[in-house]
Amino acid sequence: MRHAALVLLAATTLAGCAASGRLQPASASAADAAPAIDRDPYPGTYHAPAADRIAVVGATVLTATGEEIANGTVLMEGGKVAAVGASLAVPDGYRTVDARGKWVTPGVIDAHSHLGAWAQPESVDAHNDVNEMTDPNTAQVWVEHSVWPQDPGFDAAREAGVTTMMILPGSGNLFGGRSVTLKNVPSVTMQGMKFPGAPYGLKIACGENPKRVYGGKGRSPATRMGNVAGYRKAWIDAQDYARRRDKWEAAGRTGEAPKRDLQLETLAGVLKGEILVQNHCYRADEMANMIDISREFGFKIRTFHHANEAYKIAPLLAKEDICVATWASWWGYKMEVYDAIEENAAIVHAAGGCAIIHSDDPIVIQRLNQEAAAALSAAWRAGIRISKADAIRWFTANPAKALGIADRVGTLEPGKNADVVLWSHDPFSIYARAEKVWIDGGIVFDRADARYRRHSDFLLGQPGEIR
Amino acid sequence: MTRRFAALAALLLATPASAETIAIVDARLMTMTGMGEVEQGTIVIRDGRIVALGADVAVPSDARVIDGRGGVVTPGFIQADSTLGAVEVSQVPASADRATHSAAISAGFDISLGLNPDSILLPVSRLAGITHAVTTPLYDDRRGRALQFAGQAAVIDLAQRPQMVTRARAAMVLEMGEGGAERAGGARGSAIVQLRATLADVRHFAAHRAAYDRGEGRPQPLSRVDLEALVPVAQGRMPLIVKVDRASDIREVIALAREEKLRIIIDGAEEGWRVADAIAAANVPVILDPLADLPRSFSELGATMENAARLHTAGVTIVIKTGSGVAHRARELRYGAGNAVAWGLPHDAAVAAITVNPARVFGVADRIGTLEAGRTADLVLWNGDPLEPLSQPQALFVEGNEKPLTARPLELRDRYMPSLP
Repeated sequence: MRHAALVLLAATTLAGCAASGRLQPASASAADAAPAIDRDPYPGTYHAPAADRIAVVGATVLTATGEEIANGTVLMEGGKVAAVGASLAVPDGYRTVDARGKWVTPGVIDAHSHLGAWAQPESVDAHNDVNEMTDPNTAQVWVEHSVWPQDPGFDAAREAGVTTMMILPGSGNLFGGRSVTLKNVPSVTMQGMKFPGAPYGLKIACGENPKRVYGGKGRSPATRMGNVAGYRKAWIDAQDYARRRDKWEAAGRTGEAPKRDLQLETLAGVLKGEILVQNHCYRADEMANMIDISREFGFKIRTFHHANEAYKIAPLLAKEDICVATWASWWGYKMEVYDAIEENAAIVHAAGGCAIIHSDDPIVIQRLNQEAAAALSAAWRAGIRISKADAIRWFTANPAKALGIADRVGTLEPGKNADVVLWSHDPFSIYARAEKVWIDGGIVFDRADARYRRHSDFLLGQPGEIR
Repeated sequence: MTRRFAALAALLLATPASAETIAIVDARLMTMTGMGEVEQGTIVIRDGRIVALGADVAVPSDARVIDGRGGVVTPGFIQADSTLGAVEVSQVPASADRATHSAAISAGFDISLGLNPDSILLPVSRLAGITHAVTTPLYDDRRGRALQFAGQAAVIDLAQRPQMVTRARAAMVLEMGEGGAERAGGARGSAIVQLRATLADVRHFAAHRAAYDRGEGRPQPLSRVDLEALVPVAQGRMPLIVKVDRASDIREVIALAREEKLRIIIDGAEEGWRVADAIAAANVPVILDPLADLPRSFSELGATMENAARLHTAGVTIVIKTGSGVAHRARELRYGAGNAVAWGLPHDAAVAAITVNPARVFGVADRIGTLEAGRTADLVLWNGDPLEPLSQPQALFVEGNEKPLTARPLELRDRYMPSLP
């Protein structure tokens, strides 16, 4: 079964996946008979902010490629990083930002956020659009259709250096739906924030949440074995769906087209490698089960989220090339997170794996650097030698990999998008605040300029300070 | 008599670290007293008690020396608004004793009874320099917001010893604002009227206990245990923690406390900075989470990272906490204090907000919260700025008892670290 699926994957690589924008209909007549599936029906409309030529000069630069550059210069041009190095000469035509005594890093990337989908004021039920807990399989929902771009949480995260986020549906279901990757720019529409070309993700949840939600309703899954049966049934259906669609495509789209099924379409997208699996899973034994399921049905898990027991199977996760998005400090709120340790990310890192510090929270997203500092401190306490130049990857380069956008963001290297944060202090210090934030070379936050403070319409005319 | 001696001997054996002389040398001492900070000082501890501290203190010849290596000594931190000792796993109700939904036991709920000194959360919190907590009842709202009071808070120590209560019944907990409105039928005006009526009932009860016990006098909507528990609140002897955030709610509560002669502590106060002068003038302390900067409800629209600094500047006594009812994440207390510093609070004020201020506010300043000669040693030696995540404690004493810097998560770490390639 698993080999069949792999062959299928190789034989049916489609031109024009989500990453390359809209598919064109094949032809008018074919479209009349049986329209091709538009893989990007809610296309992004993001336009990079106006970008100057900027030279950030004199900072300690953490490139997230493993380098810490003293007295570094970062040149940005045309929305890209043009050069990074020590004591670089600033060419003519660049506006210089004096960053002496300060620190520069790539833009912060959060691999796990619910901003917009569970927006502030979060205590208001009307703002909770994150968990479609009406069926254990809601692979058909797309969280982008829940995102409210006016969530003040986006502003707070931007002011903390967060330039890119993956917004995920909740973890109440076995299959929660599609994720979306957003650029943290002010926008009236969700489409205006969509990260161009970023692949979609599929949220899968292990463990206590789905079995509690549905067991509590007297439905399956009520147990962990029920969870696994639920995943397997869905993948069997997805394989069948993909086979029927592919057969019809291979036959030149003649005869009656198999009816589209949004749920199975997303699952089939995973089987084809177009949609990345983002799997909420705490316990080591359950992660091992999920890896076996992925082998059974021929897909890859890109990231285990939360994964607080990753340290128990760190070599396995490194070998499987599965990222681990976790915290340092969260533990004990339920049984499956009882064994969480602060060293989780460090042990994954030390085993050669892809460690990520994520938020899952509108407060923590504002201080992923501090959460990473707590994880780094725990590593040092344990005698695990990890440098700041490496640990910076935990909230920049590694989440970029998890989101499938590492070719564009996550490091400060020539040719990468100029997503840059200027910090007042060492970002691993509790006293560091983001002073300036650039996305694609355009300034999106400047602490010294009130025009860049909170944009959300919700806060206009409200009591409190002008923000 | 023999049995008493045996118990005493057992106690002494259980705390061997206290029966010796210890000197912590070469450390910056943040005393939180009029002595201020000692740049490079020594602390001498004998039998668990600080006997000398300062820049020019001789190290006794019999002392075990702990080299501070230029680090920092602070008083043990105090996590306010916590549920430490009253919960093991949040989502396992049987492991939690934080809240009640019994209609007959609202104000009467005494969290100091039934705490668990063996909780694995206590050593985890100690690793973050926390030696005490104000363990504070939560509301059990699974069946709706029904109860008026959450119950009575207690100050506890984290030494993992049977007698863990530093001060029982240290304060009463009441939610007003949005939550209080719901408890009282749906409106703030109802909650305030209800509170006034409750206070009148309690005073009437206090003056007519005998009639009450005879089944005479006016009918009382509250149970006897609730009435008894509220007598010291109504008489201004027990502080009332009032959970409110909206500026107008804070004003209302201050006005009510003045009229009713209550001692109140405001908890939350996310819009406190907007009424900072009124809070300062009323001499009301504030417990706050410095990281609460989002408009999470219509009562918190003015939330800002600068709340702590602005209240401090206005002269308000602030106590820094982590979240609400924190347990597992109590270890993040020092990070919250550090963030308050990043947003304008002076560093010493931030340390005061997690040491001497909560000790004063909860009536235990005679025992903990400062470094002073003559007191039991309740302190932490850090290898750097205690508010920085990259700093770690090097030694820790809970009321005279040196505690090892270990915890179950570190044992898990050590079990699995060898699997690293």
